[in-house]
Amino acid sequence: MAAAEETAFGRTHVEEKKKIPRRYWATTAEQKDGEGKNGALQKEDSTKKIREAWWKKKLEKKKKKKAKKSVLEKKDPFPGQAPIPVERVKKFVRGDVDKVTSGVQGKLKKILKRSQAVSTLAQEQAARHDLLLPEDAGFLEGDEDEDTCTIAQDDIADAVDITSGAKYFNLNLSQFGPYRLDYSRAGRHLLLGGRRGHVSCIEWQSKALISEINVMEAVNDVKWLHNEAMFAVAQKKWLYVYDSKGVELHCIRKFNDVLRMEFLPYHFLLATASSSGFLQYLDVSVGKEVTAIGTKMGRLGVMTQNPHNAVIHLGHPNGTVSLWSPNQKEALVKMLCHRGAVRSLTVDKTGMYMVTSGLDRKLKVYDLRAFKPLQSYFLPAGAACLSLSQRGLLCASMGDVVQVYRDVWGTSVKKPYMAHRVRGAVAGLAFCPFEDVLGVGHAEGFTSMIVPGAGEANFDGMALNPYASLRQRQEWEVKTLLEKVQPDLIGLDPSMLGTVDRATWQQKHQERVQALGFDPLAHEKFKPRRRKKGRSSSGAVEKRKRKVAHEDQRDVIRHTVAANLSKEQERKKRSKAKLKAGVERCALKRFQK
Amino acid sequence: MAKMAKPRKAKRTKSAAKKLSKRAAVVSAMEEEEEEELTLGDENIISASEDEGASDDERKHIKLLEAISCLGGKKRKKLTERSEASTQVSEFSVNAEGEGEKVKLSDLLGKMEKTPKNLNKTKKQLKDLEKKSDTLELPLSRQEKEKIQREVAYVKTSTEVSRWESVVTQNRNAEQLVFPLIQEPSGPKRIEQVVSGWKAQTPLEQEIFSLLHCNLQPTHDPVLTPVEEASLKAMSLEEAKIRRAELQKARALQSYYEAKAKRERKIKSKKYHKVQSKAKRKEFLKKFEDLCKTDPQAALEEFKKMELLRMEERMSLKHQNSGKWAKSKVIMGKYDLVARKAMQEQLEMNKDLTQKLVVPSEDEEQEQEEPKALPDFVNDPEPVGDPANPWMRGQLSAEALGPEVSHEVERPTEQFPERKEEEEEEEPENEEEALLREFEQKRRLRQSEDKGFEPVVSEEQEDPVDEAENREAEEELSEKGEKDDEDGLAEFKNLFNRLVEPVILETGEEQGDEGLEEGLVRIHSLDDTELLANDHEASLVEPVPSDTSNMEASACPPSKNSKKVKVIDPSEVLTKQAKVIKVPHAPMMVEDEEDLDEQTTIIKEAFAGDDVVSDFLKDKRKLEEDSMPKVVDLTLPGWGEWGGVGLKPSRFKRRKFRIKPAPLPPRKDQKLPAVIISEKRNAALAAHQVCQLPFPFTKPEQFERTICSPVGNTWNTHNVMRKLTAPKVVTQMGAIIEPIAKDDFIKDKNPSKPQPNLQLTKDSSLAKTAPPGHKRRKK
Repeated sequence: MAAAEETAFGRTHVEEKKKIPRRYWATTAEQKDGEGKNGALQKEDSTKKIREAWWKKKLEKKKKKKAKKSVLEKKDPFPGQAPIPVERVKKFVRGDVDKVTSGVQGKLKKILKRSQAVSTLAQEQAARHDLLLPEDAGFLEGDEDEDTCTIAQDDIADAVDITSGAKYFNLNLSQFGPYRLDYSRAGRHLLLGGRRGHVSCIEWQSKALISEINVMEAVNDVKWLHNEAMFAVAQKKWLYVYDSKGVELHCIRKFNDVLRMEFLPYHFLLATASSSGFLQYLDVSVGKEVTAIGTKMGRLGVMTQNPHNAVIHLGHPNGTVSLWSPNQKEALVKMLCHRGAVRSLTVDKTGMYMVTSGLDRKLKVYDLRAFKPLQSYFLPAGAACLSLSQRGLLCASMGDVVQVYRDVWGTSVKKPYMAHRVRGAVAGLAFCPFEDVLGVGHAEGFTSMIVPGAGEANFDGMALNPYASLRQRQEWEVKTLLEKVQPDLIGLDPSMLGTVDRATWQQKHQERVQALGFDPLAHEKFKPRRRKKGRSSSGAVEKRKRKVAHEDQRDVIRHTVAANLSKEQERKKRSKAKLKAGVERCALKRFQK
Repeated sequence: MAKMAKPRKAKRTKSAAKKLSKRAAVVSAMEEEEEEELTLGDENIISASEDEGASDDERKHIKLLEAISCLGGKKRKKLTERSEASTQVSEFSVNAEGEGEKVKLSDLLGKMEKTPKNLNKTKKQLKDLEKKSDTLELPLSRQEKEKIQREVAYVKTSTEVSRWESVVTQNRNAEQLVFPLIQEPSGPKRIEQVVSGWKAQTPLEQEIFSLLHCNLQPTHDPVLTPVEEASLKAMSLEEAKIRRAELQKARALQSYYEAKAKRERKIKSKKYHKVQSKAKRKEFLKKFEDLCKTDPQAALEEFKKMELLRMEERMSLKHQNSGKWAKSKVIMGKYDLVARKAMQEQLEMNKDLTQKLVVPSEDEEQEQEEPKALPDFVNDPEPVGDPANPWMRGQLSAEALGPEVSHEVERPTEQFPERKEEEEEEEPENEEEALLREFEQKRRLRQSEDKGFEPVVSEEQEDPVDEAENREAEEELSEKGEKDDEDGLAEFKNLFNRLVEPVILETGEEQGDEGLEEGLVRIHSLDDTELLANDHEASLVEPVPSDTSNMEASACPPSKNSKKVKVIDPSEVLTKQAKVIKVPHAPMMVEDEEDLDEQTTIIKEAFAGDDVVSDFLKDKRKLEEDSMPKVVDLTLPGWGEWGGVGLKPSRFKRRKFRIKPAPLPPRKDQKLPAVIISEKRNAALAAHQVCQLPFPFTKPEQFERTICSPVGNTWNTHNVMRKLTAPKVVTQMGAIIEPIAKDDFIKDKNPSKPQPNLQLTKDSSLAKTAPPGHKRRKK
């Protein structure tokens, strides 16, 4: 019976046609017998069958692989997957493998190989799906003999479609003085803070005013928090938090005389720089101050963040730029950038380049990986405000003129890409994320400029979606809160978390000692027990001490002797082997008896 | 040295040999029971003989003397001599006849003469044993024996277990294990797989099963039941064709008759119907009478039917004036003659029906007669069982015709229902028209045969190899020339093949062309891929982003585009600089060497008070100095250095007690004069870092490499993320996870005997044959 079943199962897909179809009556009689005899065995049989089938399937798979295809079979002209361009794959490269896997064996090799295979797969897939980001950045192209910087904003607005043209507009707000501004991370909302207390939230694309208040105090800086529901305003004395309707939520008295603010979105930290020289971090998610660092560098009026590693850059009157993390009370890096005071600085999206401008009327581009200057430009007027767009366009303001430069770090630029004159002295500059728009806050209000090629054309809907619905925004808030990064992880190299702590044992040990308050591994000195009946006389105690000391010494000696012996033996063995080899090599050895 | 070593070695070898022999003895004891028995027996025998041998010296001597005395004379019969006192005295011991002679071991084998070869061998062995005067070794102590046993057992089990190694390692290395390990193959299952564990329990099920069994209904692969197959075998092609024609005709007739009947039924004239019924009755009676004469059997059946009708009539009150209509007629009957007549007619009808010889009523008659015009099977409903087999439709005994013929038959049957409907709708036609239509249909059928076969055959003939085979087969068939039909079929096939071949060739050419065209676009090298990338970019720029545009893009030179996108060309910029720059607002200048002096002077003027650079450098130097490890001076003043002014410990002493710390690694900002980089370690981050390498890793780089690629869906595509986060072990809900069965994973079911055991047996044999002197000397 079993044999019959086997043959039945052994039939392959292909063979089925050729064979004479088996009939159940060929087996029914036997089957009946089988049923009659052992009904209990049926289940076992079935499992056995399944197992056999499983085995056969395996074997068949192997066979199929081996089987040659017939010559006349239609061949796939493009076998396998479509090739991906190398450049695109390079974009997603993670780590170097070849160094690691050389000279490794066994289990480790397997693990490494597997991880490598997976990462290459991930890389490849990511490159493949890069196709789904088809949007291209715009650019401005002048006619022959025409400089792009001579093209006026009005002309651009006329030339482009209506919706894009509507992105060039002026807000005439002459009453409340020079304006600071901030775009929300998705780029939908604009926050304006006038020096004389005027604060307003605008959905700038539809130009819908969400709220407008006057805080009746000097406003130093305004900043959106993690979403459009809240923003922080650095006022004359304290730091305030308002919601988008303009209702005051918090007055944070710990943060006083704040001049500039930066919000670190992944850490939910609001970093503030005050006129008293304090750099403070506020955890927005729990409302607690994380650290307050006294920089001892005087008034901190220039500040920016490195979006790559969440390090705060501060510009100082003595021409230095210092880099700060909340984990260290001293600056991570201090660099001397200008002869005069630093007026403004900005860091690009990738965290590779920093652009600074100083009172010495210079504009310098630094490579933040090597802390070396790349380019140095001389601006006749000197740049008061700087800002870098997502695509790496630099805008600099000189008085009431805003200039946009393209590719400042690549080659030395001779002329601006675009230029525009606004009505008043510029106080704040910001590129709108995911839009080709530059917002300029000045003494006479606010100007929104069209800068083709400024914004990232392909946004990641999972990370920042400009078109998110209310529900999506809510979901996003919860998700980002769950994925909040601890301030501990802020450092110059954000990939440090993925490295093994290679600090020396001593350093680790020191930390341990500091934490414990004592040294757990310190060698304890022998203290002889106090004995009675006159046995603890100084002589006896000394004797006992000697004994212990001798014992310790003996241990050491024993160890050394053993080590020496083994060494000697090994040496002898080696010499013997040598000798033997020498004897064997001797030609007369065969005559010896 | 060498000479000295030799004897020692020999000793060692001896002892080793002894040990081995001991072990071998034990092993052999374990392994071969029979042998053991035999050897034990030998030992006993030997010991017995030895005991005897020691005491018999005197007797031997006497015997020798006797033999000498006998030498001279004739052979006398030996007198039995009683030499031993014991034999006489003892009441219990029995004297054997040849008591005086020494019993040889081989004598014991006297009964085993049936196997002479073995006998000789064993005799020889026994003789050898006898020669051995060596004392037996002491049996091994229990501990030693057990030790050896354990060793052997260990070897055995280790070999047994080691066979699992590959399975275990495979499972350990597997990325994912799905339990239960052996999964049922997915997809549709055969019936017997499903049914095997299941038994018909309810009476209904049992009934169905018994039915299936008695009909030999196949449970799987249900193409034909054996009955059907037999019926198929019973009919030839010709017969089948005739039968088909018959069927066709019958069906046509039926439809025609149906139409006619329908038309007639729709005629409203009562008179007509009366006349008709009368005529029918008469005809029927006539027929019946004829039947009675010719075929009494059929007549009897007919009669029975009539009888049945009569019975029904008698049972019912249909024509007995008890219905509603009849009652109304009774009331009306007084005044209305027609009503009375109708009533009477009814009663008459009743009479007629209840009479012994009855004539069926008009409607019933029609119903009865309709089927008569046709064979019964024509109207039978089609069995649902197998739609693929047309022969299953009529309950004919038909012969297998091969797939083609079966299809032939299928067509008309498919067409039938349509036709029926048509005819129902149409007005009745005369016979001629019907015949005409019939012919037309036949013609159509033939056409369909010619045309409609192509797809069917083309399905069968996929590749030319098969074609060739077919042709061969056809040739053979034609050679045989058994039947015209078959030949015709073969011809048709040939024709078809001729038709199909060019089509295949054409398609092949087309394919080839396509391949060539596509081959031009194929990418072989890195450069090509770059090209492709350029193409891609170009296509992005172009308004029509499509894959087909790739080809066109590749035709035009791609280098233009890629260079355009790149950074500003300095030469171009320079040339432009030569022209007048129309920057409307404040212009910008690149810093030049010449300007430096001016600038420095300006700066110097501006910041005369504070020297920023020197301050910074000072700061840096201070920091460096602070961070430098300090030298610890442990010198204490000694003799001659305690008192007085200006006395210092000696230079030698100071040098001796000054502890220099190890120099720190070079600062990161060593080569950056304008930068101070903090050397402090980030202790906060260290708390989150991995500080000890996990097991298989030997270098931190290796571990870092494995954790450097991100896992989450923010950085990966969905599929990759799922693969990365796939669980190591997956269990099926509700499935029993049984331990791995040996049969499933270890293929060779009868492995060869483990190697070490064989070696041991060899050793034991060696020990047996070893010279006796060895051990004694050792002892």
